[in-house]
Amino acid sequence: MRRAAGLLALAVGPVLVLGVFFVLPVSGMLARGLWPDGSFDPGAVAEVLTRPRVHRVLWFTAWSAAAATALSVGLGLPAAYALHRLEFPLRRVLRAALLVPFVLPTVVVGVAFKQLLGESGPLGSLGLDGTPVAIVLGLSFFNVSVVIRVVGTAWESLDQRPAEAAAALGASPVQVFRTVTLPALRPAIVSAASVVFLFCAAGFGVVLTLGGLRYSTVETEIYLLTTNLLDLQAAAALSILQLVVVSVLLVVAGRLRSVPDPGVSRVLARPRRPRLVDVPVLAATGLLLLFVGVPVLTLVAGSLQVDDSWSLGNYRALSSTGDQQALLVPVTEALAFSLRTAVDATWMSLLMGVLVATVVTRRSRSRAERRVRSGLDGFFMLPLGVSAVTVGFGFLITLDRPPLDLRDSPLLVPIAQALVALPLVIRTLAPVLHGIDDRQRQAAASLGAGPLRTVLTVDLPVVWKPLLAAAGFAFAVSLGEFGATSFLARDDQPTVPVVIFRLIGHPGAMNYGMALAASVVLAATTALVMLLVERLRVPSVGAF
Amino acid sequence: MTLSTRARAQAVALTTTGTLLLASCSLSGGDSSEASGVDGGNTPTEVVLITHESFTLPEELTEKFEADTGLRLTVRAAGDAGTLTNKLVLTKDSPTGDVAFGIDNTFASRAVDEGVFAPYAPTLPEGAADFALTGDGADVLAPVDAAHVCVNIDDTWFAEEGVPAPATLADLAKPAYRDLFVIPGATTSSPGMAFLLATIAEYGDDWPDYWTDLMANGAKLTDGWSDAYQVDFTQGGGEGDRPIVVSYDSSPAFTVDGAGGTTTSALLDTCFRQVEYAGVLAGAENPEGAEQVVDWLLSDEVQAALPDSMYVFPVSSAVELPADWASFATQPETPYDVDPAEISENRDDWLREWSDVTSR
Repeated sequence: MRRAAGLLALAVGPVLVLGVFFVLPVSGMLARGLWPDGSFDPGAVAEVLTRPRVHRVLWFTAWSAAAATALSVGLGLPAAYALHRLEFPLRRVLRAALLVPFVLPTVVVGVAFKQLLGESGPLGSLGLDGTPVAIVLGLSFFNVSVVIRVVGTAWESLDQRPAEAAAALGASPVQVFRTVTLPALRPAIVSAASVVFLFCAAGFGVVLTLGGLRYSTVETEIYLLTTNLLDLQAAAALSILQLVVVSVLLVVAGRLRSVPDPGVSRVLARPRRPRLVDVPVLAATGLLLLFVGVPVLTLVAGSLQVDDSWSLGNYRALSSTGDQQALLVPVTEALAFSLRTAVDATWMSLLMGVLVATVVTRRSRSRAERRVRSGLDGFFMLPLGVSAVTVGFGFLITLDRPPLDLRDSPLLVPIAQALVALPLVIRTLAPVLHGIDDRQRQAAASLGAGPLRTVLTVDLPVVWKPLLAAAGFAFAVSLGEFGATSFLARDDQPTVPVVIFRLIGHPGAMNYGMALAASVVLAATTALVMLLVERLRVPSVGAF
Repeated sequence: MTLSTRARAQAVALTTTGTLLLASCSLSGGDSSEASGVDGGNTPTEVVLITHESFTLPEELTEKFEADTGLRLTVRAAGDAGTLTNKLVLTKDSPTGDVAFGIDNTFASRAVDEGVFAPYAPTLPEGAADFALTGDGADVLAPVDAAHVCVNIDDTWFAEEGVPAPATLADLAKPAYRDLFVIPGATTSSPGMAFLLATIAEYGDDWPDYWTDLMANGAKLTDGWSDAYQVDFTQGGGEGDRPIVVSYDSSPAFTVDGAGGTTTSALLDTCFRQVEYAGVLAGAENPEGAEQVVDWLLSDEVQAALPDSMYVFPVSSAVELPADWASFATQPETPYDVDPAEISENRDDWLREWSDVTSR
């Protein structure tokens, strides 16, 4: 009983934070839609779901997310094998590089893809700009790293012996893969796919930038209904639908999340040198690198050109406020502010993440307790699937009175970013904490160590690396966060993604060049952080 | 569990760096402390202006305002005109500021009908009365600037290709201009909405047919002005290849070629007038300060600074335009116009229909 109370006390803080900064604003917006004139009107909400346009939107969301998920899995599987099971030079650098797209701001990726696929870009002749194909490619670009991390980690710790036995019995490599390896990896693949599907279905910036206007997803439709038409009823209807779907997906992903048995120590298969057999896999990985690399290289090339000649002019201009004072503060200042915000967001999400991960991973003594724990776990994943615009407007209408008059607080931006990064932090820490044998803690306690001492001697040595890795990941996510930040950032203190968005929204060739240069700087900073994270060799980073 | 010496050294290094970072550059360590807007008594020392992200004015003007009034001017800028309007409507019971600038004539009626603004009628500068709202909005919103959304063309492209340049909306649907036109979307951008309204003003109830023709003629839609102008337009920042774009009447002033000319021009028979207004918010904590801000936005100094800061024309006819503007940015004589009340009433239906027509 005391133990349960102690664990609950740990969870109270994070639950309160999420309650105030997420549940309350979202409920506020939903309430506006459901009680339009003070009277409860669910009929109007139901009516929204019968509109033909809404059906089109739902259908497009479903199939584009499914196609992008299939593409991510198809591209991610060979790369997961090559990067986690084969030994070749620069393997770690590549692994870090492939994590970068996931944390790049959508604004930057949108610009990169536009440069590449636009009618005048190098691939303009394909006529992909503004087609569903471009949207699917963009979504996969973001999410392929999730598949690589999740499946690669599982593949690393796969027991080799069944596969070797099958091979000894005369099975061909293909047969071994189909009958032994694939079934063993299935939970990891399905879990990764469900998370990727969730991210794709909630895709916003990419769809808006690459889809032109012919295609809208639930997320862009909510944005349109809220900001342009102020049709809160329809927005509420779609938000509720979104919440339901997200919850279902989270339950599916949670059920399938393969939790290693803490009693078994994780044995990593030794990566081996590539052989002739691995050529197709390596070729597929090369293709993936091309897919991720080309948009980024297009961006870099564009940023190094001023008036069609090579120059660093765009980078030098970053300390100015652009053509015609496009900006209030130079990009360099925005970068400093971004870094400061990211530091704040990082410690907030780490603090909450550690508490939540601790609570959800302790051994449960009863079925009810286990239910509560997994419920908590899912609760903190919710921000992944709710549109930023709903949360943003919700802030305005719910946090407007003391004691919660926070609308103009400078801490709003880091708090919002911390909530975005929180699920990733929890997913990084939880598997590690799960792997600590409870008997070690009991042994420490029986030898007279207090709770704090136990944590310091048993948990900390195992957790410090994942903690640092999670910190780096949260930092990178915060640097690139655009949706919520654009809504909350104050004009005199913009973050880099907000500044990039402003620069491409102003006429003048100089501003466009600066936007590209700022994107490259942001991507490089992110890549550097991810490289440091990768050096820590924490398998669960970026895995779900 | 023993850590190797190297790992331990790494850990120490990383932890130290992290701590230093934390200590030196968190926001709380920065200088973002909020002074309260009220000093002891009940005289407000601050006035808060809510506006959209394109708002910017030279610092010396802001400093002068603060020196003249003794108030600190806090600017809260985010989102576009649509987001701004909806923010104000959603928070009308507890406004986040005292005064708002940047609601345009396509959104004005919604805000006025919702009772967002308190009455205030400043002395308008010379020539501004032509831009004022009629009806309910007249006593609460003061016009500050005007811009026209016009179709822009790349003159150099048409000269090189030897194609005669288009001049009217009807021209744009002709086969000669197939695949040359790029338009920011009406549902996602304010210039896009303005262009839709221009076509509604020209064609009345037959506007969907015109749009069907435009789309059949290979017009391309983007989600915002920046994608259309910067990426697809031949004279934008990128390497676009469409020489016709929906932009502003002031845009040609930004494509000056250095040889005393400009490479683009606005088609003055395709323009829709967008006027931006300022008003005192109902329930403002500092209504007097809010009124002073409105007066300040209408003062000669601010009116003269508008073109260079925000690419818009001042409503005052008493101030001089910058040199480039005087030569290259021409305001249309008879722009299209749609009554704000009518826009407010039909916006949803028009946008819905527009979405259907353009996504067929």
